[in-house]
Amino acid sequence: MDIKGTELFVKALREEGVDTVFGYPGGMAIDLFDALYDADDIEVILPRHEQALVHEADGYARSTGKVGVCLVTSGPGATNLVTGIATANFDSVPLVCFTGQVSRDLIGNDAFQEIDIVGVTRNICKYAVTVRSRKDLATIIKKAFYVARTGKPGPVIVDIPKDIQLEAGSDEYPSEIFIRGYKPSTGVHVGQLKKAMTMLKAAKKPVFLIGGGVRISDAGDELTRLSERMRIPVITTIMGKGAIPTDHPLYVGNIGMYGNYASNKAVSECDVLFAIGVRFSDRITGRIEDFAPNAKIIHVDIDTASISRNIVVNVPIVSDAKTAIEEMLKHATECRTESWIESIDAWKGEKPINMDGCAGMTPEKIIRAINEIFPDSIVVTDVGQNQLWTTQFLEMNGKRQLLTSGGLGTMGYGLPAAIGASLGNPGAPVICISGDGGAQMNIQELATASALETPVIFCIFNNTFLGNVRQMQKMFYDKRYSSTCLRYSKSCKRQCVTDGTCAGADYLPDFVKLAESYRADGIRVVSEEEIEPAFRRAAANTDRPTVIEFVIDCDYDVYPMVPGGKALTDMLFG
Amino acid sequence: MDKVKKRWISIYVENEIGVLARISGLFSGKAYNIDTLSVGETEDRSVSRMTIGVTSDDKTFEQIKKQLNRSVEVIKVLDFTDIPIHMKELMFVKINSCTEKDKAEAFRIASVYGVKVSDYNRNTVLLECVQSEDKNESLLKLLSATYGYRLEVVRSGAVAVEAVSYTDR
Repeated sequence: MDIKGTELFVKALREEGVDTVFGYPGGMAIDLFDALYDADDIEVILPRHEQALVHEADGYARSTGKVGVCLVTSGPGATNLVTGIATANFDSVPLVCFTGQVSRDLIGNDAFQEIDIVGVTRNICKYAVTVRSRKDLATIIKKAFYVARTGKPGPVIVDIPKDIQLEAGSDEYPSEIFIRGYKPSTGVHVGQLKKAMTMLKAAKKPVFLIGGGVRISDAGDELTRLSERMRIPVITTIMGKGAIPTDHPLYVGNIGMYGNYASNKAVSECDVLFAIGVRFSDRITGRIEDFAPNAKIIHVDIDTASISRNIVVNVPIVSDAKTAIEEMLKHATECRTESWIESIDAWKGEKPINMDGCAGMTPEKIIRAINEIFPDSIVVTDVGQNQLWTTQFLEMNGKRQLLTSGGLGTMGYGLPAAIGASLGNPGAPVICISGDGGAQMNIQELATASALETPVIFCIFNNTFLGNVRQMQKMFYDKRYSSTCLRYSKSCKRQCVTDGTCAGADYLPDFVKLAESYRADGIRVVSEEEIEPAFRRAAANTDRPTVIEFVIDCDYDVYPMVPGGKALTDMLFG
Repeated sequence: MDKVKKRWISIYVENEIGVLARISGLFSGKAYNIDTLSVGETEDRSVSRMTIGVTSDDKTFEQIKKQLNRSVEVIKVLDFTDIPIHMKELMFVKINSCTEKDKAEAFRIASVYGVKVSDYNRNTVLLECVQSEDKNESLLKLLSATYGYRLEVVRSGAVAVEAVSYTDR
């Protein structure tokens, strides 16, 4: 039977098990939306901005493990997705983004709202394609979902011209697809793995370095068992945090620019570094020549291109993290690491991460309250100091999840991603931790959250500054606070001073009033005693969002810190 | 280990709109410099084959091959750097404002180098040089020394295929 392209589109979504679409309509997508009008089994989420839309799909995908589906119109609808696509690409999040396109006969004419979105996104996605013929529509959609969710997951863009949406054609949707240029790795090279295990067993000071890949392949339990059986301490990247419970005695902490003392020290002194699902980004390695100088390095990753790119490794293993860890469990024996673990424990005790030196309502106290009050929550961060504090102080035990834009570092990610997570996990407490800068980059989504009754708890750490940049200006730029104060006004001096003589205008906006205008509950918290009551009140709001503005001191900084380009051992402690 | 040298890759790609942009974009986005690139259809019209020359160190070259391999549009990547291959580049050289003596010299050079004089008029000679890139390079050196700024040069980018002796093994 012949059906329209739009009908095939809806059929394809059903076949792929899609129950939620994040969509924003427009002229070149109107027919696709029309086809969804009667599809009662597919919920269409209408946000207030396409950038937020793609972050919502991202938060939904990360927190459920399903593919996030976006549907927008051509031109600006499509270009507004760009930052979110890059965010998802960096952190390996499976998305399929459908963009409407002008009819084929108009492509290339600079038609109204025409953009070559495939050209624009070519280098920031896993795969992008414009459908050129109605007969290809089904296989292209099938291919898109397959590519997005297999191998190293990532975003795929499918651009559908309007005339193809309307053209009648076959109603067949393939159940399988073969792509000759795309064969995600399955299995693991047992020979390489045995070689690695021999190396590991001979080590005196081994560590596991665990990245986001382990969380994506849901191999946390296996990893925990492996490290227990082999008695090998575990260090994580920000994206890997939570792979092993953070209260586990073998867990050391995060590594990198804002990692803790014991982790950075242990990596710098270890003799075998067994890395799984990490990219060895500059934030992790510090100065490359000084990274793990005494270690033989083993690297398991599903992406061959991640291996020996930044760090030359001794044993490369191309494999999915879970497959590799399960195979390792077969060969695991206890290593003699007592004294190594003792020295790591001593380092942990020597310089634990805390903000004890700071008076007042510190971010640490707020995050520790979240640890207590919301045990099985999904915590989503924005980007900046709020994100770093969260990765330092959040406990990841039980079912708690942490979603954060680790690779691209996208401000404005937090609130929409939290809404997406809440939509994908009804009933689970979802807490977004944001700064006052990033909060305003997608604050319009409070309307989406209110309208959909998603009870997201939106915590804004308001220090009236773009704090992470300010911290660097304080440390390395002689306190020249160039364009980081959000209280600046027309009457401010050209050179910003924060020595107490600053007049500074009132903070804009009033977050409590703003929350109320969005029919959210708005709470301002200025002292430590108010933290818990505020969270209790927020927890009781089950059908609307809560905004909690925490008014904090702008001089709270994130420590320890390894300055850019320095070795991991060159930590500053404030 | 870190020797910078000329390397060759031959890749099979899907013959689709945008694939050339995807491949060249991959090189420019990651700051890998392409020396030459040529592309054309194969015996299977749905597949194109590209010959790409790059000058790079080992590490970058490894990364280039991996990045190409992970592209959905790339079907197969062959490293031609150290295997027996046949490689040819087409180079047209127009020699302008020739005197009789210049023309005689052009014919002599053509016969020694085994290249064809494919067009000719009173004061211009056109050479059609189908040779390896290296040989064209050395011919060009000689021509430049002989004719200086009077040359006009168009080059195709090299095309390569594995030697039969190699594929037979």
